Amino acid sequence: MIPQEELAKIASAEKEKQSKFEYQIRVCMAAGCLSQHKDQIKLALEAAVKEQGLEDTVKVKGVGCMGLCAQGPLVSVEPGNILYEKVSPADAAEIVAGLDKKPVERLRCDNQQPFFTRQVRVVLENSGVIDPENIEEYITADGYEALGQALTEMSPAQVIDEIVASGLRGRGGGGYPTGLKWSTVAKAISDRKYVVCNADEGDPGAFMDRSVLESDPHRVLEGMAIAGYAIGANMGYVYCRAEYPLAIERLKQAIRQAKRLHLLGESIFGTGFNFDVEIRLGAGAFVCGEETALMASIEGRRGSPRPRPPYPSDHGLWGEPTLINNVETYANVAPIIRNGGAWFAGIGTESSKGTKVFALAGQIKNTGLIEVPMGTTLREIVEEIGGGTTTEAGFKAVQTGGPSGGCIPEKHLDTPVDYASLAKLGSIMGSGGMIVMDHTSSMVDVARYFMEFCMSESCGKCIPCRVGTAQMYNLLTKIAKGNGTIRDLELLEQLCDLVRSTSLCGLGQSAPNPVLSTLRYFREEYLAKLVDTTSPNGKTAPDGHAS
Amino acid sequence: MSNATVAVPSDDKRWKLVNATMRRNGFRPDALIETLHTIQESFGYLDDKALTYVSEALGVSPSQVYGVATFYHFFNLKPKGKHVCSVCTGTACYIKGSGALLEKIEEKYGIKAGGTTADSSLSLLTVRCVGACGLAPAVVIDSEVSGNQTIESTLSKLEEVLKS
Repeated sequence: MIPQEELAKIASAEKEKQSKFEYQIRVCMAAGCLSQHKDQIKLALEAAVKEQGLEDTVKVKGVGCMGLCAQGPLVSVEPGNILYEKVSPADAAEIVAGLDKKPVERLRCDNQQPFFTRQVRVVLENSGVIDPENIEEYITADGYEALGQALTEMSPAQVIDEIVASGLRGRGGGGYPTGLKWSTVAKAISDRKYVVCNADEGDPGAFMDRSVLESDPHRVLEGMAIAGYAIGANMGYVYCRAEYPLAIERLKQAIRQAKRLHLLGESIFGTGFNFDVEIRLGAGAFVCGEETALMASIEGRRGSPRPRPPYPSDHGLWGEPTLINNVETYANVAPIIRNGGAWFAGIGTESSKGTKVFALAGQIKNTGLIEVPMGTTLREIVEEIGGGTTTEAGFKAVQTGGPSGGCIPEKHLDTPVDYASLAKLGSIMGSGGMIVMDHTSSMVDVARYFMEFCMSESCGKCIPCRVGTAQMYNLLTKIAKGNGTIRDLELLEQLCDLVRSTSLCGLGQSAPNPVLSTLRYFREEYLAKLVDTTSPNGKTAPDGHAS
Repeated sequence: MSNATVAVPSDDKRWKLVNATMRRNGFRPDALIETLHTIQESFGYLDDKALTYVSEALGVSPSQVYGVATFYHFFNLKPKGKHVCSVCTGTACYIKGSGALLEKIEEKYGIKAGGTTADSSLSLLTVRCVGACGLAPAVVIDSEVSGNQTIESTLSKLEEVLKS
């Protein structure tokens, strides 16, 4: 039997099962909403359905993240495209009773607002729509079709060509061309190769990968299996943070389900291609997001990075050629194979293709998860989609890229979001955390916060990072407390340069970024905190720049 | 070096779970972190006895086991209190005042982050980011995440938990 038929059979059986229901009530069961209601809303809705004798016509199901965390818990009703916000278990009876009459107006959430209409969903296409704990639903939404297509109709080289044509670049922050990475590992000669998924989402303030894993885990597995076929690997590891218990649970379940249907494991679709996936848990070390440290951790060792080359593509896990991509990168693979690289390349900008998922947080009205085409401006994201700041103090800066990124001020908000433009501003795309700050936030404190983070997350292997971050933290503390001098500021800038140029891995090399970007755009805040702005040689620096 | 015949430290049934993890990974040295996770999940923390046992069973030197156990923030080498309160110090929570929240809890219970009260009723921890940034500031009390916290709401929740 050919795979497409096999999948179509599962899909049609599932569709038939669902078609007997007139209404679907979808309850967000991702970590954000779940933290507010446990499973009480779902249980209350199920009870209300039973009480009103509608079990045969109404289906209550748990789904992944619907995006607008700020208004959670969220519940949606289909057909009708109705979204309810801030739902409590007490509202269940009213929601069920209103199904074929009038929707419950007091709970309505406007899903025609820019937050929803301005998004383009590729990675999150199933998020909030399908039940992440049910593989049949994923298959109904064209799931595993791309894997079948790749295995039966395409050669590994054709798969890689399609990824190259798509222009997809690494979504973990580096932005390395994915197709190039795949073809490098494919060319490496070895009997054993590995596919690794980096789900060690360490940036504080970022939760894209968590949401993808919780809302649509099969999509990541499918992407990994396609990658395995393309590069010639039979084993994959997902390295996931232990801080995400729900994501781990859903992923484990997804692996079990996929194996049951022979979509993972031996001779997938009867083609003779074997691919297995195991989960490895992180243990709270930010540095393990760096690929060589991550591999050391999978091997059961301390997460210390090592110099590159050799790159993982020829000397990776257990010395074998290894492909490492981030969760969101793998999540883009299946739609690219399904719709073609050219389709994907049609979204986004010249140098940055496709969409990007961002986690909006901080002093912004619509906190939550969004996906927009590359090239969308920061202003559109913050003001239109995000709804602007929550406080009267007004917008001051948006922080992208976490501890490796920078703070972008108001005057640069019209910058389009792509890899090059953000780098030009002294920040980075990063993995997708976007934190909005208002005028109550002191930029010196923010820089100090990130430096504290880098200092305590430094693995200690190389001196510039281990000692440099500690010294920079001390200087920032001195300045923040109002005891710093212009000499301290100069020393801080020298250290930024030194740590950036001489650290072993990305953690140290990018640790100065939050300091440098706040100095670049908010230097006056540093100067205002100094005891005197007189430089050691007696010249003052009225223009705000150390002479 | 590794072998499955090393005697377990005690007849505590939880060691069976630990052994199951090691067996699943063929008692290979790379099972170290996975095994430490199982021990912490089962016993709450990693003591010397447990570290020595893992070292022998997986054939990994004691210094390497200790090195790994102390390198990763997630592992505790000391027992935690009956209840655990973790304040998220991720960027979004920081911007929304998790620092002040932490200070108030420290002040009220007379412990610093990372510490446990003298009567072992409460351990106070900080976590880097629980990924609930949309609901900042977030606090995790006994593995239950609560979002949009204020000083009042967290302190009253803690009081409630400690009474139970």
